[in-house]
Amino acid sequence: MSEQLERGLETLRGEIDNKVKAFFSSCVRCGICAEACLFYTETSDPRYTPIYKTEPLRKLWENEYSFWGKLKSALGMSQAMTEADLADWEELVYDGCSMCGRCSMVCPVGVDISGIIFKVKHGLSQAGFSPEGLVGATQRAVDIGSPMGITLTTVQAMIKHVEADTGLKVPMDVEGADYMALLSSNEIALYPEYLESLVKIFDHAGVSWTLSSDAFEATNAGLQLGDKSIAGQLVQRVVDGAEKLKVKNVISPECGHAYTALRWEGPNFIGKAYPFRVVHILELLDELKAEGRLKTSGQESERLTFHDPCSIVRRGGINAQPRNLLGAISGNFVEMADHGNMNWCCGGGGGVSSNERAHELKLTAFNKKKSQIEATGAEALVTACSNCRTTLEEGVESNEMEIEVLGLTEMIAAHLEERPAS
Amino acid sequence: MIQYLIDGPLWYFSLAVFFIGVVWQLIAVVFTGNKADLSVPRDSAASGAIKTFFSRFVPHREIAPAIMLPVVAGYMFHLGLFALLFFAAPHVVFLEENLLGFGWTPMPHWAFIVAAQFAFFGLIVLWLRRLVNPVSRLISTLDDHIAAILTFVVMLTGCFALLEGSTGLRLLHRFTVELWLIYFPFSALMHTFTFVPSRMLTGAWFGRRGVDA
Ligand code: SF4
Ligand code: SF4
Repeated sequence: MSEQLERGLETLRGEIDNKVKAFFSSCVRCGICAEACLFYTETSDPRYTPIYKTEPLRKLWENEYSFWGKLKSALGMSQAMTEADLADWEELVYDGCSMCGRCSMVCPVGVDISGIIFKVKHGLSQAGFSPEGLVGATQRAVDIGSPMGITLTTVQAMIKHVEADTGLKVPMDVEGADYMALLSSNEIALYPEYLESLVKIFDHAGVSWTLSSDAFEATNAGLQLGDKSIAGQLVQRVVDGAEKLKVKNVISPECGHAYTALRWEGPNFIGKAYPFRVVHILELLDELKAEGRLKTSGQESERLTFHDPCSIVRRGGINAQPRNLLGAISGNFVEMADHGNMNWCCGGGGGVSSNERAHELKLTAFNKKKSQIEATGAEALVTACSNCRTTLEEGVESNEMEIEVLGLTEMIAAHLEERPAS
Repeated sequence: MIQYLIDGPLWYFSLAVFFIGVVWQLIAVVFTGNKADLSVPRDSAASGAIKTFFSRFVPHREIAPAIMLPVVAGYMFHLGLFALLFFAAPHVVFLEENLLGFGWTPMPHWAFIVAAQFAFFGLIVLWLRRLVNPVSRLISTLDDHIAAILTFVVMLTGCFALLEGSTGLRLLHRFTVELWLIYFPFSALMHTFTFVPSRMLTGAWFGRRGVDA
């Protein structure tokens, strides 16, 4: 057995906890989870059945933890797991799963299937069975600090533009600020309007905030790859940055997986609780609105619909906030048929969008979103995750759809109530 | 001799395997380590666990149309089997005399027939679906088929035993029950019990994140 395979199997063994035992011993192989997964519904390929994606871990559990596996092993009849048992699943797990978690909502016996898929990713990443694009992005995140190779100089250049456009100062390395904001790679590279919006909104609401030159990026390629150790290193950078500046709160950018990495998995990755609170930007905007510090004016008249980023809503619990915010600025908001906790993924989550090999499959999976959007008759599609936004824009473009894709934070910034001149 | 074996030692052996095996497996699930979650919860894990335990009895509206067949067949089978197991007249008498020391009103004969039809119909549909549906066929294991066939045989011999009333058929039924009990703790049949911690663990996870699951 190769060293890499042994490392992968050892990692998988380490992932077998009481949940895995409860899940595998209760799965009745009904296949209901397939109907919740866009990679299955849009391809009709049974290999994309969610629980089938967990097969490497199930096989290991069966071989080493179940009665029959132990009996076979005692009789010298068990079949050892091979490289193929892992290699054959690389495509299913990395290309054919966006970690959207919809399958985990429907299983009649309560299996958290996407939770197990993440465990499988961890094993595959340690055995060296992960897509090149994602491995490269993760390496850049470790070496340079960003999966897209973005450096502090790039951010400083963006800040200059934002300051020139808004006439407002972007606070950098302010010790003792209430909030430390983070950006995702996409927000730096593709959507500088996000930072511009933050500057305007925080100025409007009188929020004490800062960026950190040590920790400006929240994108966590380690989480997408399934490598918990790298994910932990990337989270630790943010924690160190926040501790250095002694901030009370850290603001997660819109980006869904960055939020998951920072808010929910981060403390577990680094093995300790944070000395600060993590708040998603939508949560913060909703709080500011409820406190009367964020006042909007005017309403969009065009028909809007909202795409819930899976990691924010279904895996993150942020459901009412975007609706409260949209309600304030739109008089013509319409929900998709399946929205909120049961929304359909755009197809680009879980590292799929950083995985070039998965491009065609991602566009096929997008057909689900396409039909959902078309059914609403909306003229603009609002979302709150830069990764979803690029996937949606790509899908809209390649399907020649007539719909604009917008970011929610920017929309709020565009509707800020003018303050009387003092 | 065979009657003595089936009514005596084999019966006690199968009961012992069943009870010890089930408890053993449940202990393995409940007491295996699970790292504490260090993130700050948004909401209560306990209420999430309870909510999800109940919510999964009903399919989500968004996917219900696509899964009508397994859901309806699943309910027919499980409810039918439950009624047969605990309310068929010979079972009530048997449980009273051999295990519990008290009994309850059994279901009338017509209800037995209806329950048996539900259970048979549900089980056959689920098993056929396992064979012909590409998804279920791909993910099903040998264990799933053995569990389905064994359960079917137990139900069939039970019906024959009740309708014919012969000792031979009664013994055959009891023998298949004993095989079923011995197989139970080491098979997919364990979902009868493990679905409870499974739903609750997932519900607790969603609950602390503030997600209604
Ligand atoms: S829905 Fe649940 S029980 Fe059914 S196959 Fe999927 S994981 Fe197993
Ligand atoms: S997490 Fe989403 S994409 Fe992955 S298997 Fe489940 S439903 Fe499919």
